[in-house]
Amino acid sequence: MPSVMIRRNSDGNLSLYIAKKDLEASIVALEHSSAEQWGGRVELADGSFYYLEPIAEPKLPITLRAKRL
Amino acid sequence: MSDLTHEEVEALISEVLEVYPEKAKKDRAKHLSVNDQEIEQSKKCIVSNKKSLPGVMTQRGCAYAGSKGVVWGPIKDMAHISHGPVGCGQYSRAGRRNYYVGTTGVNAFGTMNFTSDFQEKDIVFGGDKKLEKLIDEIETLFPLNKGISVQSECPIGLIGDDIEAVSKAKQKEHGKTVVPVRCEGFRGVSQSLGHHIANDALRDWVIGARDDDQSFAAGDYDVAIIGDYNIGGDAWSSRILLEEMGLRVVAQWSGDGTLTEMELTQKVKLNLVHCYRSMNYVSRHMEEKYGIPWMEYNFFGPTKTIESLREIASHFDDSIKAKCEEVIAKYSPEWQAVIDKYKPRLEGKKVMLYVGGLRPRHVIGAYEDLGMQVVGTGYEFGHADDYDRTIKEVDNATLLYDDVTGYEFEEFVKRVKPDLIGSGVKEKYIFQKMGIPFRQMHSWDYSGPYHGFDGFAIFAKDMDMTLNNPCWDKLQAPWLKVPQQESKAA
Repeated sequence: MPSVMIRRNSDGNLSLYIAKKDLEASIVALEHSSAEQWGGRVELADGSFYYLEPIAEPKLPITLRAKRL
Repeated sequence: MSDLTHEEVEALISEVLEVYPEKAKKDRAKHLSVNDQEIEQSKKCIVSNKKSLPGVMTQRGCAYAGSKGVVWGPIKDMAHISHGPVGCGQYSRAGRRNYYVGTTGVNAFGTMNFTSDFQEKDIVFGGDKKLEKLIDEIETLFPLNKGISVQSECPIGLIGDDIEAVSKAKQKEHGKTVVPVRCEGFRGVSQSLGHHIANDALRDWVIGARDDDQSFAAGDYDVAIIGDYNIGGDAWSSRILLEEMGLRVVAQWSGDGTLTEMELTQKVKLNLVHCYRSMNYVSRHMEEKYGIPWMEYNFFGPTKTIESLREIASHFDDSIKAKCEEVIAKYSPEWQAVIDKYKPRLEGKKVMLYVGGLRPRHVIGAYEDLGMQVVGTGYEFGHADDYDRTIKEVDNATLLYDDVTGYEFEEFVKRVKPDLIGSGVKEKYIFQKMGIPFRQMHSWDYSGPYHGFDGFAIFAKDMDMTLNNPCWDKLQAPWLKVPQQESKAA
């Protein structure tokens, strides 16, 4: 369950950062991205998957707990 | 692009790896690569931030070096205690040439070494009492210090001293910031973890200090320079460009920086990150907590400087954008003259770099402005995100080496035959004795600044002075020279 930080990078895409793993990758797919439900399954540019507990759309950047799938 | 093709460089790497035992070869092979701009993610071609191989020469430092030497050390109005045996502090004292303004020993302490000088009895009975005494002594002798940081050396973590408790008690007693930093040297694989620990300490003990203090009049054009350590005056030559553009530089992290500046950083509108490796953590934190956007910039060489100035201006309104163009126009005759003078002398020369932090990718633009090409580059302690950024900066078929060993570097140099090498002082004399011009690129070989337009002039002059120095063909004793040359002279 790593802590991940999600932010919008300069070209407007979401990117995910895990300090411990040195991983900074853009998010290619996010399961839920509506105002009331945001999160779920996250696909990264490098092909790995993470799972975020769905929450109301947060103000970015935000640090969340993610589960590696 | 180097003269070597992709295949030739690959062959060179496997040839160099040949001497290692099987296991070592397997490990080192992952750290050496040929650049291919097609690759999106560096982890597909190079492995980084892994423990160095035992038995080979590495140039890496320790977590203490990353925290005290890099991040905390340059904060000039704090006393940084090297808590532990005397050597760590003394042998790293003032070596990085982080310039500052102030009277050393009165209101600035940058080049001083404060240490608790651990003896055997402190290891046996614990050093907390000694630390208390030391902090009190600093308060008596240097009353104008704005704060104290306790930089742990290895024994502190091993014997389990509670420096946090001492710091909290002393903070209360003296009413000054006292920051315990758990940067024991054995942590992590290189100085890089020290940067991270130092950033976390800044986050926990410094940044939030003025959350409720509204006395600072924040402006619309406030920025902070993050990750510029003012080596040889770098931050100053960057700062004047930003100020001419109409921006107000509130804080310098941490070259020539003060504790107050750092506490006020949370009021700025934009964080400008120069050294991504050592200060991205704190920038990310400020983005999350205070909503301050951050951007990376590069002030090496006019092309990159202009690019960066425009990008910085794009975060502000039209008045800044207009002034930015004015600044660019104002300096263009200046740097054009530098290029006109030095480019003919340096054109086509090949450079190999092996440094840390941001330089393996950032200085490439400056060399290219002088018509030189970088044929090999590598980081001492870079991470995957550094290599991600590097792949796009360097040409295909450029040699990439992570945490290169002494042996590998020498062999690469013998084969690639660069005209100039930029690396640290430990490599300097080996390569100079091999007859290859060398610049120490960690602290600019006692020169600098290299940032900004003013810095570029010095950079170009230094490179020319080194490369075209007449000494390089005098390395062989006259009586050992081949007869052909003698007859020519006669």
